[in-house]
Amino acid sequence: MTDKPDEKSAPEQPAAEQSPENVPAPTGEVRQVGVRRGMFGVKGTGDTSGYGGLVSAVTLPGAARRPYGGWYDAVADALGEGLRDAGLEPAVESVVIHRGEITFHIRREDVLTVARLLRDDPRLRFELLAGVSGVHYPQDTGRELHAVYHLLSMTHNRRIRLEVTAPDADPHIPSVVSVYPTADWHEREAYDMFGLIFDGHPSLTRILMPDDWPGHPQRKDYPLGGIPVEYKGGQVPPPDQRRSYN
Amino acid sequence: MTTNDAFAGTSETSEGRVFTVTGQDWDTITQGLADEGIEERVVVNMGPQHPSTHGVLRLILELEGETVTEARCGIGYLHTGIEKNMEFRSWTQGVTFCTRMDYLSPLFNEATYCLGVERLLDIEDQVPEKAQVMRVLLMEINRISSHLVAIATGGMELGALTVMTIGFRERELCLDLFELITGLRMNHAFIRPGGVAQDLPPGALEEIRGFVALMKKRLPEYAAFCNANPIFRGRLEGIGHLDLEACLALGITGPVLRSTGYPWDLRKTEPYCGYEDYEFDVQTWDTADSYGRFRIRLAEMWESLRIIEQAADRLAGLEGAPVMIGDKKIGWPSQLAIGSDGMGNSLDHIRHIMGESMEALIHHFKLVTEGFRVPAGQAYVPVEAPRGELGAHVVSDGGTRPFRAHFRDPSFTNLQATSAMAEGGMVADVIVAIASLDPVMGGVDR
Repeated sequence: MTDKPDEKSAPEQPAAEQSPENVPAPTGEVRQVGVRRGMFGVKGTGDTSGYGGLVSAVTLPGAARRPYGGWYDAVADALGEGLRDAGLEPAVESVVIHRGEITFHIRREDVLTVARLLRDDPRLRFELLAGVSGVHYPQDTGRELHAVYHLLSMTHNRRIRLEVTAPDADPHIPSVVSVYPTADWHEREAYDMFGLIFDGHPSLTRILMPDDWPGHPQRKDYPLGGIPVEYKGGQVPPPDQRRSYN
Repeated sequence: MTTNDAFAGTSETSEGRVFTVTGQDWDTITQGLADEGIEERVVVNMGPQHPSTHGVLRLILELEGETVTEARCGIGYLHTGIEKNMEFRSWTQGVTFCTRMDYLSPLFNEATYCLGVERLLDIEDQVPEKAQVMRVLLMEINRISSHLVAIATGGMELGALTVMTIGFRERELCLDLFELITGLRMNHAFIRPGGVAQDLPPGALEEIRGFVALMKKRLPEYAAFCNANPIFRGRLEGIGHLDLEACLALGITGPVLRSTGYPWDLRKTEPYCGYEDYEFDVQTWDTADSYGRFRIRLAEMWESLRIIEQAADRLAGLEGAPVMIGDKKIGWPSQLAIGSDGMGNSLDHIRHIMGESMEALIHHFKLVTEGFRVPAGQAYVPVEAPRGELGAHVVSDGGTRPFRAHFRDPSFTNLQATSAMAEGGMVADVIVAIASLDPVMGGVDR
């Protein structure tokens, strides 16, 4: 745990990482991607629980250290060797292993090179790109938008995940369509839903929403929408305005 | 010849003359084109409301005579924002949403989502055996019902209406089983993180065995109707060709990939839910065309019957075993019981929480309204759905709701092969090629 929630008014208290069943053991660098405040979803004077001032950091599983174990090392070695030959050693920012799934965090300008290497190197042979999925972390400053690539090597029967980030202010990521043609629609969907711009995509247009739709619906700052519903004389607010646990 | 039809007339636009086709009105088009002196190139909008496009798929075809020179898909007409909605519900409620995505294989959507959540919770080993066997049983019945619809609608689009009627007749048997076991014909929300919602009802095993016996009599009918039928073969053979390289480049999985002869089936290669304990074969064909895909679907139904039989045998030995994880912080607190009105809560459970234990009431309330927290992280556990690799990318920030749930739907990915399969062929073969992909628009658009 490197970062603390920088909330001056917050009293000193045990953070989430001290209750081991909630947070995986921090190995290496852990990056805070958000802050969770309060509990039970009650705010202001209605909060008589005393938990309203609770502030805890939201952290994702931290980077793994060598040796990773199993075939993870073989993949990481082959990838590292290939990148060294290409003079792109810092392309892999970190490697996260969580619940038996390995994620390579890749510098965004190198994602195309890494993808080509992963597909073509006989020791890697990730022939199939299962999909590209966008994730929006509004509080992960400077890396708000994440594009996650699920790769499958049928030759070796292995799965890895690539994660590339881009700031909200500059949401550009190189397209991998030239390496994996299947990324065409997946990147269009990530553009449609998150506003990620994949440079080099043959025709980056909206795919699910209408062409003239304003905004990118699956971003966290885009409201869910909905209207209050009357049920048996009572008003039920739309789901995003109901009292909710956090 | 209709000239002043308000719904199917012609109109002048800046791009040229636009005709609306509703059937029986080709004369208008041919006459109109002859008037304009246009002979060779026509852009046809097929869909989104068209009986042969499997739901609301819009095809934009550029035709030269009857040859397709360019084919593009327009999708999104069934986009309902299910993934976004899931971010505003608890992890358990998410099942209710994702089951509605690919409406022909609801149990696969539920399964891949629950497997992902279970991996994040790190409870994969604690899910009871009976729950896993029931998941396999339901998924295989679902595979049969989905393949039946694929074959039925595919046949209907060729004009083979009997294949359609018998396909839906048998699908009804599958849905009856679902209704018996889960309570619903579709949108089950039956597979939950930690297990399944309910135990098998009494008499279910006999029904399942009866179903298998009946299907063994009925499935040969499809083979008799289609396998050697010269019209059927003439329409399907060599149509929608897609070889292994193209499949991998375009991310195509499922029967389309297996029709190239490559035996890739996640049930064998990356077993989940205990598939490694069942005996079945991966079905392949070597023609890489629509006919091969039809034969694979037919053969896979036989394999599913084998798995269902084995699952039923195992369930017979698991009577009374738990179907939900023992961890009370995750497992749904009550089981439903059938009351005199046909539906109802378990009276024993209500007596316990209302009359005996205040803590049990608090626990029930907390788990049902707040749900459980899932440790931060991300997981992707794909399953072999009837159409190919279906996976849910679930991301948690440690809260009681999914931070993000993205479904890699095989229909969405496979539809990208439309251009590769259709271009250069006849317009009538586009329908056959798309039917062989078996896209379900609910899954494509989510």
